[in-house]
Amino acid sequence: MSDLITVQNLTLKFRTDEGLITAVEDVSFRVRKGEVMGLVGESGSGKSVTAKALMHLNAKNAVYTPESKIILHTDEGEVDVLALRKASEMKVVRGGAISMIFQEPMASFAPAISIGKQMIEQLMLHSDMTKAQARTHSIEMLDRVGISDPHKRVDQFAFELSGGMRQRAMIAMALSTQPKLLIADEPTTALDVTIQAQVIDLMKDLVTEFDMGIIFITHDLGVVAQTADYVSVMYLGRLIEKGPVREVIRDPRHPYTQGLIAALPKLDDLESPLTPVPGDIPSPLERPPGCVFNTRCSKIVGDQCMSVLPPDVKVDPVHRVACHIYKEEGQA
Amino acid sequence: MSNDMIISARDLSVGFQIGTGIFNKHILKAVDSVSVDIETGSFFGLVGESGSGKTTLGRAFLKAVPITNGTATYDDGEVALDLATLDGPALKDYRKRAQLIFQDPYAALSPRMTVRDIIAEPLEVMGLTNSRAETDDRVREIAAKCRLNLEHLRRFPHAFSGGQRQRISIARALVSGPKFVVADESVAALDVSIQADVLNLLKELQRDLGITFMFISHDLSVVAHTCDHVAVMYLGRLVESAPTRQLFEAPRHPYTKALFSAIPSLDPDDDKSAQKLDGEIPSPTNQPPGCKFHTRCPFAVDRCKIEEPKLEHADGTGHEVACHRWVELMEQHAL
Repeated sequence: MSDLITVQNLTLKFRTDEGLITAVEDVSFRVRKGEVMGLVGESGSGKSVTAKALMHLNAKNAVYTPESKIILHTDEGEVDVLALRKASEMKVVRGGAISMIFQEPMASFAPAISIGKQMIEQLMLHSDMTKAQARTHSIEMLDRVGISDPHKRVDQFAFELSGGMRQRAMIAMALSTQPKLLIADEPTTALDVTIQAQVIDLMKDLVTEFDMGIIFITHDLGVVAQTADYVSVMYLGRLIEKGPVREVIRDPRHPYTQGLIAALPKLDDLESPLTPVPGDIPSPLERPPGCVFNTRCSKIVGDQCMSVLPPDVKVDPVHRVACHIYKEEGQA
Repeated sequence: MSNDMIISARDLSVGFQIGTGIFNKHILKAVDSVSVDIETGSFFGLVGESGSGKTTLGRAFLKAVPITNGTATYDDGEVALDLATLDGPALKDYRKRAQLIFQDPYAALSPRMTVRDIIAEPLEVMGLTNSRAETDDRVREIAAKCRLNLEHLRRFPHAFSGGQRQRISIARALVSGPKFVVADESVAALDVSIQADVLNLLKELQRDLGITFMFISHDLSVVAHTCDHVAVMYLGRLVESAPTRQLFEAPRHPYTKALFSAIPSLDPDDDKSAQKLDGEIPSPTNQPPGCKFHTRCPFAVDRCKIEEPKLEHADGTGHEVACHRWVELMEQHAL
């Protein structure tokens, strides 16, 4: 499978009144064609900011370090996303090669413009379709995501659709330009479980059909287990563990990933009490030195946790962990 | 038996008027003929999707929305009240006995008040203390129980994380010494690692202070871990109610079963898609006749489309289900 997007040493800080705040630090990953990458983390872990960086969507006060690289591989060659300056150039990553679905579908549609008009508008911007063609294509897409009566729905407004329908329409709109990469930021969080299950199934079908890559951002490990091929776990702006979904969920290595899985209420074991990860995620203003997780970690192995940034260790060929507990094979 | 129940509702309905004028006016029945008993000292779970009426039922028990039909009684051993007709001084007294913990700890706390003032406000408004010193004592006592530091009391809410804020909201709800507390999606806005901590705290308070909790949630796995008894609502109706273990091991209503199947499994190889539900919950203003669930039920027959099933005793103590076909489905092992 060929690479779709490569992120290398992404470090992103925000300039604020209180000084420079590090939101993402030294994050590297790649997504390949036909692959779903789950990006997991709690609020404040930097997962949404990372996703926005891929489309160069962060606010003006965002500062990227010179080492940060985001390379989008298109049929026409490589695009250095962070080097894009003009809005006209950014069309490639915004809605062209990359589309994004947001968490709250009500807030993502303009309330006073019909669904169809919004879909047609972006199709005409990103392709050479005529208005009539764009309308036909929009109706086809609405039908494809399982919206009944697409001919009628296309002229309706967001408020006339239920939550699940709105999210389906959002997906239809995001996919209508046939992006290479879809970023889905908590797409099912606002939905009921029965609807969530439908949307997850739909997204799985679409990856196969359109041969896209998906970055699925979520805090729900169950959703990741059911959708992703690879998982990256973020904490306080750093990528602390990544690997194939089965390995990371069945055999988590980082104490934080282990804690996250232990904190999850499980239906097959109602008796054992829930074990929270102690403490709270520190404010980005108070990033601890050493390992970012050292304020809550129960498996501190020594002073190095408090002062030295843990290196990325390969615990097996494709599974990497940033924790001092592990040493690269042959080194121990 | 009825003395063991802090809340007892019979055919309770809550309707809201939608639209005005003679032709446009209709009643939206958010809660429709619900009969339910909540045992004193228990952790009672109420589950359902958005639009199922779970929040409205909780608010009806708190007298935050008017009860349109049916009866509801409150009995904590000290006083027995008829909630449908409650008003005046008795209602004021009820306010300190029954409290609410909100969903979003970011919206529930005034950013301009210190934590001490936030927690003390119910005491002052209800006139439960005689001096500032007494108020402070009560605030400190409840803050300690909710695992807040005394130095936190001088600060403003913005200085706290989601988990800490939720502990502040809990302290505020509990400061008047309520016997019955409705926790409406109280952990839904929290991160997983923090959620477990707040749930453990609520369980601790239930045990130590003898509070009865009504825990409203859409998250079945959270409910399974905290509640003693769970009721499932769909479109304003109670469809199933049972002790937690029983409900999770042997659900008798197709909707309950579907809700379980829809929870994404942590096992990547566990494919449950065979039992997934189609469609969405119908609009409460345009409810289907017969069983409310028949439009999405894989087992619906003609009878389900005409006749509405009544809540009846299922196999097992305290297990009730409203489905025409539950015996049949159980015998066929269809669920």
